[in-house]
Amino acid sequence: MGLDIAKIRDQFPVLHQEVHGKPLVYFDNAATTQKPQSVLNALTQYYQNDNSNIHRGAHALADRATHYFEKTREVVQNFINARESAEVIFTKGTTEGINLVASTFGRKFVKEGDEIIISTLEHHSNIVPWQMLCEEKGALLKIIPINEAGEIIFEEYEKLLSPKTKLVSIVHASNALGTINPVKRVIEAAHAVGAKVLLDGAQSSSHLHIDVQDLDCDFFAFSAHKLYGPTGLGVLYGKRDVFETMPPYQGGGEMIKEVTFEKTTFNEIPFKFEAGTPNIADVIAFKSAIDFINELGKDAIKSHEDELLAYANEHLNQIKGFIPIGTAKEKVSVLSFNINDMHPFDVGMMLDANGIAVRTGHHCTQPLMKRFGIEGTVRASFSVYNSKSEIDKLVEGVRRIARIKNK
Amino acid sequence: MSSIEEVQDEIVSEFEILGDDKESTIYYIMELGGSLEDFPDGERIEENTIKGCQSKVWLIGEEKDGKVHFQADSNTDITKGLISLLLRILNNRTPEEIINAKLDFVERIGMGSIIGSQRSNGFASMIKQIKLYALAIQTKQNV
Repeated sequence: MGLDIAKIRDQFPVLHQEVHGKPLVYFDNAATTQKPQSVLNALTQYYQNDNSNIHRGAHALADRATHYFEKTREVVQNFINARESAEVIFTKGTTEGINLVASTFGRKFVKEGDEIIISTLEHHSNIVPWQMLCEEKGALLKIIPINEAGEIIFEEYEKLLSPKTKLVSIVHASNALGTINPVKRVIEAAHAVGAKVLLDGAQSSSHLHIDVQDLDCDFFAFSAHKLYGPTGLGVLYGKRDVFETMPPYQGGGEMIKEVTFEKTTFNEIPFKFEAGTPNIADVIAFKSAIDFINELGKDAIKSHEDELLAYANEHLNQIKGFIPIGTAKEKVSVLSFNINDMHPFDVGMMLDANGIAVRTGHHCTQPLMKRFGIEGTVRASFSVYNSKSEIDKLVEGVRRIARIKNK
Repeated sequence: MSSIEEVQDEIVSEFEILGDDKESTIYYIMELGGSLEDFPDGERIEENTIKGCQSKVWLIGEEKDGKVHFQADSNTDITKGLISLLLRILNNRTPEEIINAKLDFVERIGMGSIIGSQRSNGFASMIKQIKLYALAIQTKQNV
């Protein structure tokens, strides 16, 4: 049975507004999704009733806050099918998750002459931390090339793998093009040469079933705000045996077992990697976001989003001057395009004038844009609360813009 | 020659015909970009580039008889249009006039968001650059 989109939209207060006198059409979901009322309520509820620091207090409020905080960890564990909740580390977001791995795993295990593999599709946050590490260690960064459709060339990837490969860090679903990478095969091949694998799940986590045991990835990083949760919060999953070999990330409270001025012993995972008071309110509210997804079901969400993407592609492709960028067979609901030789910024401003929110520019993937020989794209990304009638508005907007430039 | 305030008022009243319709405003601005004086290709170099995250601006200026003349271009049509308005206001004026200019036409024609996002648009940095250039000329004149 299909989803009741009108009923879903009712749960998102922000969607019910006008922009420049037009009803808001929010197609910037790959940047951040909107939040359902249940998430907003959970935030308010926490600050109104339960606010307290966690894990240490000897009083009722602290117990309650700790309980809800740890409850979210279990919900996340189930959401990604981790073996145990201790494998779930709360971070500021995907970027911090990747930096944590670079700073701890990377510092300890990557040596001079070693190699790290990423792909052409990566977001800057999955490029720069590795460049910094490689520079520090004298290691080499290798890049998996892509084809014209925006898919990694698997044979080229296999050629890059060697016993020197310490880590493969690759995006699960591309933020700029929507390409879903064949990550299971990527992981298998990496493990065959003894390399660990980090998946950047910032985009995939809201659209695809995530089963870290089935994938067998060593790390999986994602952000709460891209799956209907609060900003400033993310998750880094890691296998227990890998996490345990890694030194702590930051020093401070929470992460210690015992401190003397001579020596400090460190806490167990997950606390070893969670120094300081964490983002308690947002962690607690994140549970409501995952509940929201679970209630609808990932399959139903994916199928609705696939339908929107197919519908948009079908109609937009008929417009003269519409140039799709990234036409991979397997995609999440991200549609990148240009119109004639227009600058994406101009297109974005004109769509905004019609109440349609899209992202324009290089999407923090400058090497990828360079690969396509373009400065940037216009990106429309769809979410569960979007409808076909909203896509009709996008199609109409693009048609008008293209017509003016075709004159 | 009309004062800076007068030219800005003139521009704002031209845009008033378009009402609150944001789309028409943008189309009109993009059309204005077409009227920009041709920018010399040889000047499209790094030193003359003002980079924004989204749009780029090229800017050169020269002093003639105590007045400053600017030429500029951009890779986006909206920014080009705004540049044409900006240069209509500021070109061929004394450095004093340029330094003291209180520019509010962008907000008044409903395009304030462009100025707000310095990072994404080279246009906002361009205004700063123009004033710095005028300041440099003034300093030179006073030596």
